[in-house]
Amino acid sequence: MKKKKLKKRILARWQIYLLLLLPVAYLIIFCYVPMFGQIIAFKDYNVKDGIFGSRWVGLDNFRNFFESYNFSMVLKNTLTLSIYSFLAGFPIPILLALLLNALPGQRFKKLVQGTAFIPYFISTVVMVGLIFRLLDYRTGMYGTIFTALTGQTAVDLFSKGKWFKHLYVWSGVWQSMGYNTVVYTAALASVDESLHDAARIDGASRWKRVLHIDWPTIKPTVAILMILSLGHIMSVGLDKVLLMQTSLNISYSEVISTYVYKIGLASGLGNFSRSTAVSMFNSVINLIMLFIANTISKKVTQSSIF
Amino acid sequence: MKFRKYCIEDKFFYLMSYIIAIFVFVAVLYPFIYVVAASFSSGNAISSGKVVLLPVEFTLQGYEIVFNNSAVLTGFLNSVLYTVSGTAINLVMTITAGYCLSRDDVPGAKVILFLFTFTMFFGGNMITNYMLVRSLGFLDTIWAVIIPGAISAYNLIIARTFMQTSIPKELFEAAVADGCSDIKYYLSIVLPLSKPVMSVLLLFSAVGHWNSYFGPMIYLNNRKRFSLPLILKEILISSQIDPSTVTDPELQMKIASMAMSIQYALIVVVIVPIIIIYPFIQKHFANGIMLGAVKG
Repeated sequence: MKKKKLKKRILARWQIYLLLLLPVAYLIIFCYVPMFGQIIAFKDYNVKDGIFGSRWVGLDNFRNFFESYNFSMVLKNTLTLSIYSFLAGFPIPILLALLLNALPGQRFKKLVQGTAFIPYFISTVVMVGLIFRLLDYRTGMYGTIFTALTGQTAVDLFSKGKWFKHLYVWSGVWQSMGYNTVVYTAALASVDESLHDAARIDGASRWKRVLHIDWPTIKPTVAILMILSLGHIMSVGLDKVLLMQTSLNISYSEVISTYVYKIGLASGLGNFSRSTAVSMFNSVINLIMLFIANTISKKVTQSSIF
Repeated sequence: MKFRKYCIEDKFFYLMSYIIAIFVFVAVLYPFIYVVAASFSSGNAISSGKVVLLPVEFTLQGYEIVFNNSAVLTGFLNSVLYTVSGTAINLVMTITAGYCLSRDDVPGAKVILFLFTFTMFFGGNMITNYMLVRSLGFLDTIWAVIIPGAISAYNLIIARTFMQTSIPKELFEAAVADGCSDIKYYLSIVLPLSKPVMSVLLLFSAVGHWNSYFGPMIYLNNRKRFSLPLILKEILISSQIDPSTVTDPELQMKIASMAMSIQYALIVVVIVPIIIIYPFIQKHFANGIMLGAVKG
């Protein structure tokens, strides 16, 4: 009886299933086939035998990666860049939003917000080109200003690998600060004006009101965005790192994703199994981080994404 | 007494806030001004540090070279093609799937939605995606650039949430009472009402396609198919290393300064359209970020 009902309900919606045909085909072919294709991480994949014909090797590909001398370097660089990016890039938009929100002049506020938004649209390639040009120690904006102020030649930032992380992180802050501010600004718009009025009558300074009215309002938004960023803590901007990489900074700029690209696609060897194992290790860490962040946030702020 | 003290505290707070806000404003704006000034300046003026705010030794040489460069033109046309077709596919697929999954009377819709959501947290990697694209015979074709990534789970959820919350249920009931079929309801009622979410998705995916670098780089080998970012990479970034291979320091300076005018002009040519369109789309972008955040 029930089965018949279900059949009827499905038949009644045949047009919906027709519309869903292409999206579901896409989902299977372009999302789940590559997902399950990662089974080659446990195999010794070669083109001749294909995915199914290749020999099983268990965890050998993972073990090889963990034991290789690259492992600690790549892991350290990935964590350095992502944690540094998070520490610099996460709080700054929050502070900026709180501060701009507290300013009295509407027009000036809009102007700063609008301007800070623009760099977000610059593509990674142009952004890296811009960094290389502007920060050149002799001919760039940085070099000429430094020389004009001190009369000395500036330090060549690109020749020192140690500078890579600062260049990567702060150019990222410059580019996405305005964009990331928008969410908080919108959350701040929902603050009840009467709270501010009441606090003002009680003699609370603007700073006090930021602390006790504005900040608590955006706290749940902050928590959600924090979980999401922690879930991607191991994902470093692949395009940007790859484009900024030179032979001079390679030992500081080789991260997991660029390493996957190098051993899998860029070199002629095409070691698909090994690079898939490396990339899988990365996604598993990301997943674990997401769960940890979600659990902590649920306990501390009662906000969570699942 | 108390009131006075807070006044001083407030004054200090506002002063600090203005200083920081002005700093941010200048830090974002000045590089753009510098780039524009440098693009109209001679290579010598740039490298000797004379360019500060306005062009020095005014020249259009950089722009002449950029506009006479056939690679830039080919890349530009290819990028237009990839962006328009890719965005069209994104939009049709995402909105359709979003509509179907927003219905609560479709058996199995919840499962499909879950399968989409799951891909946000775990999915294939560049290697298995590459293997798939290769085995489909998409390498070096437009399909490699526009088909993978046709639906992003994130955008799908934005579309679905919009349709669930912004399209009144009464409309659906009325349509059903009038004997309207599911497809007809979708085309004549849901689509026209979904314009706000469509414009947001259109902007996000168009900007994504236009700026996309890694996909085209691994899938395209034929220079005739290169998108603009691949050409830009050659001129803006790879040429960075070129002059250093020249041993004669005088000659090296010359190549470097020529390259600089070209690079600055190219950066301006690429960024200016964005800055012109920007005021018109700014509102939509802000809306888009909010739609995404509501879902979170």
